[in-house]
Amino acid sequence: MSDRSLLEIDNVQTSFRVGDSYYAAVDGVSLNVERNEVLAIVGESGSGKSALAFSIMGLHNSHKTKIEGSIRLNGKDVNHLSTSELNKVRGKDMGMIFQEPLTALNPLKTIKDQITEALDLHTNFSAKQQNERALHLLNEVGIPRADKVMNQYPHELSGGMRQRVVIAIAISCDPSLLIADEPTTALDATIQSQILDLLNELKEEKDSGIILITHDLGVVAEMADRVAVMYAGQVVELADVMSLFKQPKHPYTRSLLSSVPSTQDEKDMLHVIQGVVPSLPKMPRTGCRFKARIPWMADDTHEENPELREVADGHYVRCTCYKHFYFPEEEAEKDVAAHRE
Amino acid sequence: MWKFIVRRIIIMFPQLVLLSMIVFILAQLMPGDVTSSLAMDPNVSPEQQEQIREDLGLNEPWHTQYLNWVGSVVQGDFGHSFTHSVPVSDLIWHRMVNSIWLGVAALIFVYMLALPLGLISGRWNDTIADRLITGYTYIGFAAPLFIFALVMLFIFGFQLGWFPTGGSVDPGLTGWDFFTSKVYHLLLPALSLALIGTVTTVQYLRSEVIETKQKEFISTARAKGVPEPKVYTNHIFRNSLLPIAAVFGYEVTTLIGGSIFVEQIFSYPGMGQLFLESIQVRDFPVVTAIVMLFGVAAILGALLSDIIMSIVDPRIRIK
Repeated sequence: MSDRSLLEIDNVQTSFRVGDSYYAAVDGVSLNVERNEVLAIVGESGSGKSALAFSIMGLHNSHKTKIEGSIRLNGKDVNHLSTSELNKVRGKDMGMIFQEPLTALNPLKTIKDQITEALDLHTNFSAKQQNERALHLLNEVGIPRADKVMNQYPHELSGGMRQRVVIAIAISCDPSLLIADEPTTALDATIQSQILDLLNELKEEKDSGIILITHDLGVVAEMADRVAVMYAGQVVELADVMSLFKQPKHPYTRSLLSSVPSTQDEKDMLHVIQGVVPSLPKMPRTGCRFKARIPWMADDTHEENPELREVADGHYVRCTCYKHFYFPEEEAEKDVAAHRE
Repeated sequence: MWKFIVRRIIIMFPQLVLLSMIVFILAQLMPGDVTSSLAMDPNVSPEQQEQIREDLGLNEPWHTQYLNWVGSVVQGDFGHSFTHSVPVSDLIWHRMVNSIWLGVAALIFVYMLALPLGLISGRWNDTIADRLITGYTYIGFAAPLFIFALVMLFIFGFQLGWFPTGGSVDPGLTGWDFFTSKVYHLLLPALSLALIGTVTTVQYLRSEVIETKQKEFISTARAKGVPEPKVYTNHIFRNSLLPIAAVFGYEVTTLIGGSIFVEQIFSYPGMGQLFLESIQVRDFPVVTAIVMLFGVAAILGALLSDIIMSIVDPRIRIK
C-alpha cells in the first residue's frame, strides 16, 4: 500500500431492501484510488456503478439500504461513521458531481448561496471571504461573467454552465476525492470535452483522485488511468487503460468494446450484447453472472465460483471463461473462410 | 416582478366581465321575480303587479337590464333590496365585514393545521405519525361539512357550552371587549370550516415533500455535508411550499363555499346566511350582488396566489 493511496474500498456490499429481503446491487467490490489518479468505472445501466458511488458518499437512504465492508478515505472508514460525522467529511474531503446538471441544483437558490453553503459548513471563512472564494471557483471552472452569475438562479444558465456550477460546488473545499457520476452524459459533445478538460486540470492542480463513472468508452480512453469494468454488481475486469483497450480479457469487456460504433468499417453490423442486465431479485448469486448473455459458450468454460484473479501485472479478470471466449460472428466468418478453401 | 404583477392584474379585467355576465344570466334564469311573492297578497292586483315590474325595469330587454346593472355596479350601487327596502350595498356591508372576519380566521386555522401536519407526514412518511395524519385527512375528505359543523355545534356549543351557538358578537360591547367577543364567536365556525378545509392542503403538502425528497438537488445538498435538519428546512420545505402557494386561491374559493353552510348552521350573520335568506324570498339584487362578490373574492384569491408565487419562485419573475 503506497503512501499515495487515497481511497481503499474493501469487499463492499450494498444491498437494497425489496419487500422483506435485501438484494445486493454492489456485491463484494474491492478497489483503490490513488492521488492524482482517475479510476473509471464502466458498465451498463444496472451494473451497480452508481450504487457504489452513492455508497462511498453515504447518499443511500439508510432505511432501505445496507452497506457492508469498509470504505477508507485517507485511512478513515467513512462507511461506519454516524451521519453527523459523515457530514464533516462529505463536501470537505470528498465531493460529488451528478449526472443531471438540470436537476442537481436547487431551483430556488442563487448560485452564490449554493456554493457558499458548503463553505459555510466546512471553513471558518467570513461572509466576504466566502463570496470571494465562490467567485474564484466560478472563474476556475470557466464561467464567463462570474460576478453576474453569482446572483443568478439555475434556470438562467445553460446545461453546460450548470454542470460547471455543480463542479464548482463539488471542489469548493478542495476535496481529495472527487466522484463524477456520468458528468457528461447529459451534455453535448463540445461541452463534454470542455468539462473533461476541466476535470483533468483540477486533478493535476489539486493532486486529487477522481472516480469517473461512465458508460462512454470514449470518455474512458481520454480520461482514465485505470478502468474497472462492472457487471451485475461485481468488478469483472480491472486494468490500466492501455491494457484494457489493447488486450481486453473478460467477455463482457470485449463485448462492450465491440459495441462501440467504428468509423472505419461502416458496412459491418453494430455488435449488440444479447439480453439485459438481470434485475436485482433475479440476479444469479453463484457462477459466472455473465453466462446467460454468452449462451454459445460451453458450461465448463466457466468457473463454479468465479474470482477476480491477476492475469498480468495489475490486470485482473473474473472467471476463466475469457480464455476460450469468441464472438459467434467470428466463428461464422471462420466457417465461411474454411468453406471457401 | 412588478411587470408580472401588472400583467396579471390586466388579465383580471376580462375575467371580471365574464363573471358579471355569468352572474347576470344565472339570475335571469331563476324562476320567479320579486313580484311572485306579491301575487299571494290579495290586496295587490295583477295590474299593480305589472306596474311594479314596469317601474323596476323588469320588462326591459335583457341586454338593457344587463348594461344598467353593470353600470351601477361599477359605481358601487347594487340596487335596492326588494324585501329590506334599503340599498343592497348597505345591507351587504355589515355582513361582508363579518364574513371577512370568518374567512380570515378560517384561513389562518387552515394553514396553522396544514403546514405542520403536511410537513411532518411528508418528512416521516409511512411512520405511525404519518398514518394518523393521513387517516385524519381521509375522514376530512369523507365527512360532509354541514354534518361535521352540526356535530361541532352540538358538542362544543350545546353539550359542553364552551362556545356561543349563534351570532357574531354579544350586544352592547365596545373597544377591546367587542373585539374579544367577536373572536370568541368566530372560533367554533372558523375551526369547523378549517378542520375540513385543511385536508386537501395537508395531502398536497405531504406528497410534495415526499416528491422533493427524491430530487437530485437534495443529493447535491447531502453531498455538500449539509446536516439533515437543514436539508429539510433549507432545501425540501421551501420547494414543497411553492405548489401550496399556487392553490391558495382555490382554498379561498372552497372556504367561501363552505362558509355559506357554516354561517347558516351557526346563525352567523355573514354574507352566506344573507345569501340563503335572499334566495328564499327571491331578492335578486341581493343574490346577484353576493354571487358577484363571491366571484370577485375567488378572482382576487387567484391573483394573490400568483403574486405570492412570483415572490417565492424566481422562475416566474419576468425581468
